[in-house]
Amino acid sequence: MTDSKYFTTTKKGEIFELKAELNSDKKEKKKEAVKKVIASMTVGKDVSALFPDVVNCMQTDNLELKKLVYLYLMNYAKSQPDMAIMAVNTFVKDCEDPNPLIRALAVRTMGCIRVDKITEYLCEPLRKCLKDEDPYVRKTAAVCVAKLHDINAQLVEDQGFLDTLKDLISDSNPMVVANAVAALSEIAESHPSSNLLDLNPQSINKLLTALNECTEWGQIFILDCLANYTPKDDREAQSICERVTPRLSHANSAVVLSAVKVLMKFMEMLSKDLDYYGTLLKKLAPPLVTLLSAEPELQYVALRNINLIVQKRPEILKHEMKVFFVKYNDPIYVKLEKLDIMIRLASQANIAQVLAELKEYATEVDVDFVRKAVRAIGRCAIKVEQSAERCVSTLLDLIQTKVNYVVQEAIVVIKDIFRKYPNKYESVIATLCENLDSLDEPEARAAMIWIVGEYAERIDNADELLESFLEGFHDESTQVQLQLLTAIVKLFLKKPTETQELVQQVLSLATQDSDNPDLRDRGYIYWRLLSTDPVAAKEVVLAEKPLISEETDLIEPTLLDELICYIGTLASVYHKPPSAFVEGGRGVVHKSLPPRTASSESTESPETAPAGAPPGEQPDVIPAQGDLLGDLLNLDLGPPVSGPPLATTSVQMGAVDLLGGGLDSLVCPGPLWIGGPNFVAPPAAAVPASLGAPIGSGLSDLFDLTSGVGTLSGSYVAPKAVWLPAMKAKGLEISGTFTRQVGSISMDLQLTNKALQVMTDFAIQFNRNSFGLAPAAPLQVHAPLSPNQTVEISLPLNTVGSVMKMEPLNNLQVAVKNNIDVFYFSTLYPLHILFVEDGKMDRQMFLATWKDIPNENEAQFQIRDCPLNAEAVSSKLQSSNIFTIAKRNVEGQDMLYQSLKLTNGIWVLAELRIQPGNPSFTVRLSLKCRAPEVSQHVYQAYETILKN
Amino acid sequence: MIHSLFLINCSGDIFLEKHWKSVVSQSVCDYFFEAQEKAADVENVPPVISTPHHYLISIYRDKLFFVSVIQTEVPPLFVIEFLHRVADTFQDYFGECSEAAIKDNVVIVYELLEEMLDNGFPLATESNILKELIKPPTILRSVVNSITGSSNVGDTLPTGQLSNIPWRRAGVKYTNNEAYFDVVEEIDAIIDKSGSTVFAEIQGVIDACIKLSGMPDLSLSFMNPRLLDDVSFHPCIRFKRWESERVLSFIPPDGNFRLISYRVSSQNLVAIPVYVKHNISFKENSSCGRFDITIGPKQNMGKTIEGITVTVHMPKVVLNMNLTPTQGNYTFDPVTKVLTWDVGKITPQKLPSLKGLVNLQSGAPKPEENPSLNIQFKIQQLAISGLKVNRLDMYGEKYKPFKGVKYVTKAGKFQVRT
Repeated sequence: MTDSKYFTTTKKGEIFELKAELNSDKKEKKKEAVKKVIASMTVGKDVSALFPDVVNCMQTDNLELKKLVYLYLMNYAKSQPDMAIMAVNTFVKDCEDPNPLIRALAVRTMGCIRVDKITEYLCEPLRKCLKDEDPYVRKTAAVCVAKLHDINAQLVEDQGFLDTLKDLISDSNPMVVANAVAALSEIAESHPSSNLLDLNPQSINKLLTALNECTEWGQIFILDCLANYTPKDDREAQSICERVTPRLSHANSAVVLSAVKVLMKFMEMLSKDLDYYGTLLKKLAPPLVTLLSAEPELQYVALRNINLIVQKRPEILKHEMKVFFVKYNDPIYVKLEKLDIMIRLASQANIAQVLAELKEYATEVDVDFVRKAVRAIGRCAIKVEQSAERCVSTLLDLIQTKVNYVVQEAIVVIKDIFRKYPNKYESVIATLCENLDSLDEPEARAAMIWIVGEYAERIDNADELLESFLEGFHDESTQVQLQLLTAIVKLFLKKPTETQELVQQVLSLATQDSDNPDLRDRGYIYWRLLSTDPVAAKEVVLAEKPLISEETDLIEPTLLDELICYIGTLASVYHKPPSAFVEGGRGVVHKSLPPRTASSESTESPETAPAGAPPGEQPDVIPAQGDLLGDLLNLDLGPPVSGPPLATTSVQMGAVDLLGGGLDSLVCPGPLWIGGPNFVAPPAAAVPASLGAPIGSGLSDLFDLTSGVGTLSGSYVAPKAVWLPAMKAKGLEISGTFTRQVGSISMDLQLTNKALQVMTDFAIQFNRNSFGLAPAAPLQVHAPLSPNQTVEISLPLNTVGSVMKMEPLNNLQVAVKNNIDVFYFSTLYPLHILFVEDGKMDRQMFLATWKDIPNENEAQFQIRDCPLNAEAVSSKLQSSNIFTIAKRNVEGQDMLYQSLKLTNGIWVLAELRIQPGNPSFTVRLSLKCRAPEVSQHVYQAYETILKN
Repeated sequence: MIHSLFLINCSGDIFLEKHWKSVVSQSVCDYFFEAQEKAADVENVPPVISTPHHYLISIYRDKLFFVSVIQTEVPPLFVIEFLHRVADTFQDYFGECSEAAIKDNVVIVYELLEEMLDNGFPLATESNILKELIKPPTILRSVVNSITGSSNVGDTLPTGQLSNIPWRRAGVKYTNNEAYFDVVEEIDAIIDKSGSTVFAEIQGVIDACIKLSGMPDLSLSFMNPRLLDDVSFHPCIRFKRWESERVLSFIPPDGNFRLISYRVSSQNLVAIPVYVKHNISFKENSSCGRFDITIGPKQNMGKTIEGITVTVHMPKVVLNMNLTPTQGNYTFDPVTKVLTWDVGKITPQKLPSLKGLVNLQSGAPKPEENPSLNIQFKIQQLAISGLKVNRLDMYGEKYKPFKGVKYVTKAGKFQVRT
């Protein structure tokens, strides 16, 4: 006798029959009828018409029948609110039943009936049940508060249920505690400001005790709640960690991952020197690996989280590479995730194994997976330099297979390898060219064209190859067209004699026959460059290309830190903060990793992010300033760039590379173009006849997007100060300052003769100093300096002198000689004169570098009394070569991510936090640099620039 | 928390829905069907799917999809674990987790789901608690119920529900008191073309079948507990005892349960019991290929390897295979291109082999990929890691139980690349 009989229907209306049965006198028949009703409900059939008849069956001693009726009520009460009232009396009565099971059932069901009128009657029974002597009833009631809150939040607050719920955290029964925590967490999620889970060491202690005794699900709630707590110091963090670690051995993977979250978060507070820190690291690996032997769905979620953990703390899993090896019958979503993690873990130590695996994968059946595997080989080559050679030969082997998509993927990655290791593997070009015909995907075609253009001088028939592409120019995708244009221009610059016709053809195709504005604009730029100044064109187009970065797809550090706080949640699966995707948003609280606070240090109030950021506003990646332009132009393939374009002399402001490497550098922000002298007012003759006024205006429109971002004005110049008083130098007074203008540093000196005799024969010398500053020219005082005369001299400096570390770092010892004597003085130069013009880092590179620099190297400063907004700060700093790479708004604070480079190649990365509403106008500055000793001086530079 | 659950069969029919909060329309499953269509293979449907207003988290088990609908930020593992628990419970109650079984017991299923989750929070998921609340169907009971009018719903509060040992019910009584343990180890391995091990680890479990009266307190000790450094425990195990003494001390649940699962990964500890010699080649420009595999014993610790099955996913261009096995039977399914060879036992005197010709689609290019061999085998009376139970002691009860330990080693995901 099975339940399938309930599905059989008769010809005469089913509902009609059920109605009759429900009103039958026989108990048994009634029950059978209710079962039929429930069965219909399970398949989504509408049986709401039977509402009054079913409710009539509610008053019964038979628990099963009662449960069934309750099930029905929960589903349909909402659609029949007036009828539902009929049930209230029974509910209230059941809440007084001597059997705790029935009390709990009644209060539970009442909470599920989402009808306002019923909720009013619910309050009294609920209050009683929350204080019931039986813990089973209490724990059910705790959940009921959350249900009620969902229906009518105000009512719950007015009735004081929240306080009762908070009291339940101290309940003697661990299950009650767990449910109270779960209910409070759910309520808190919808009211982030309510501060419901106000955790303190006492309540934490209670939670930790309950943690050991409650069910697995309760453990998850408690662990997730613990993760929101910020311990007051490292000692407390450690003691919590110690009590949470046993959870790592739980059979339920959700418990394990929640425990991992707590540990990953609190670990941030522990000093790396602690023995315990090392122990904890070791303990984290096995449970994570164990998750990978579970069902594929669990594996997937685990892998997405491991991806985050590996980025944050690669040391945890660095020896576990093998568990990420792919089995041929893994589901595709598991395979792709494993591959991603394999590349992140690839290092010199394990590269041989990894490559052998990747090669194996490249012969699998699944096309997506094969493609990703081939790409991964390229990424290995770029990441682990020692393996590059082997990777290239593996790729060549794969190209030999002639499997179409493998060949195409391989060519795309080989292009990146060429970028990373120029002039090393060009011998393979011949092999690549053999496969030209089989390429049908735009990305592969574009990559191949780039290679041909880049190495045009080594490929004898480069012109023929490119010409063959030109035939179907208009059918190609934009990235191929752009690439082809650039490649042919490169070819022309390299072999001008034979390819004039070709270049004209492509320029006219691009400018006259194309509807694509990007293509037209690039065509015009080349055309004008070529027709006005071929030498400049050469320097622009064939300029040295910036290196590409090793890591790709890295998550921005602050986002990564936030995501670490969300391990195990949906956010961790999507790698986005919850605010970016949770329905309704409801003001999600942003979480941040706790700052490290040693117990010995003064306990500064830990920085907890306040709530209230408007939902949906926060972008999930840093938008670069140049995004607008980037969107317009960066349509072609672009490997990540590791450095900014290099400045050359012919075009001011370092605009150089933007056309040459062609690919990615177009993302460079606008200021680079403005003031390119040839563009502003091209001599009419130079403009090809076909380029009329509309084109010119088109171009300037493009430039308008960016104008005003940067100007030519140099960096901030401090007023002259007296360096050498006349007293000390027999009447010679020297005051001066340092300036930096358009790439050159100079020392502006003012020499005053306060003696009674004429001074001649001036000379200047610098002692060795930290950055190798040295005069680039002799000190030239043309006429003898007569008494009381003052002369202003600008002494050009370079940074190629000998280097010796000074104390302080920016100390400069100078010797000045004249016909009277030699005088010595020392001065401190502001560091910003050393900030070079190409100090703008690529975003990807920034992320990678920020992550790469150890946290110990981070220095925090505060700049007080700086009433500027983010725009002003950014433009002010930009004129001193501190470049804003990205800006975003987090919880009302403006965050600026900036980079700068010193003349000796040291990069300094900065994160600037500006709070517009802050009355004290304090700007927080975090600096990260591989040479932390410069941070202090960079901070001083920041302060001087911002305050002037 | 979990909002709703839909059960969907392979042909895409939603045959059961349950809502714990307000009703979510079935149409939400369209997003799931869309993803299913895209995935081509049922096993490749991504477990987390986002839709404009909800998230769908699904598992695929026993040819059924369990699709849950959630609306707020919820740990996906929590949901997936719970869904597996639901499937386990169905299995436990109805003997199988299939569409037919669920449809036959739809009311019990509904009652169970209601008992397992309240407002999206798990309520009772322990099998023994559920069984006290809702009795599993038996033919006898349904007959008795229909005569006496009693029900299969328990009307008292389950005793384990709130105690510190929720996994055990009170008042258990057996005439024969028994405690049996199965140590089952599965070898996951990837063997490369040349026969060397790319990756190998042992996934072990100790499953227990405990039928002991009263409140027995057991401790299980091992000869070599140091092997177990990566373990997951059933909640009944006292972690502190394990940490300090390496002894498993616990009050067991009643009946069958998994006591621990563990992983042994250090390469030198993982013995590979079989080797495979293979020669699979396809000739260029001809419509046939050669297929030749031989299996032999390697580090088998002197035990017989039995229950050997080899499955091979042949490339798509393979039309048919003409093979001769020296022992066992083989089948080739020309639709799924799966070759299955049921080998049986290995006798070292005469190694089993399977040889013959492969017919390819004429004119198609020679397949690039080499098929991987998936090997299944079983070795009785052996835990390949060398794990050995030392003794089992019982405290708290006076009677003398029957005790027993069984060892078995199996192939898990054991793949040989060719």
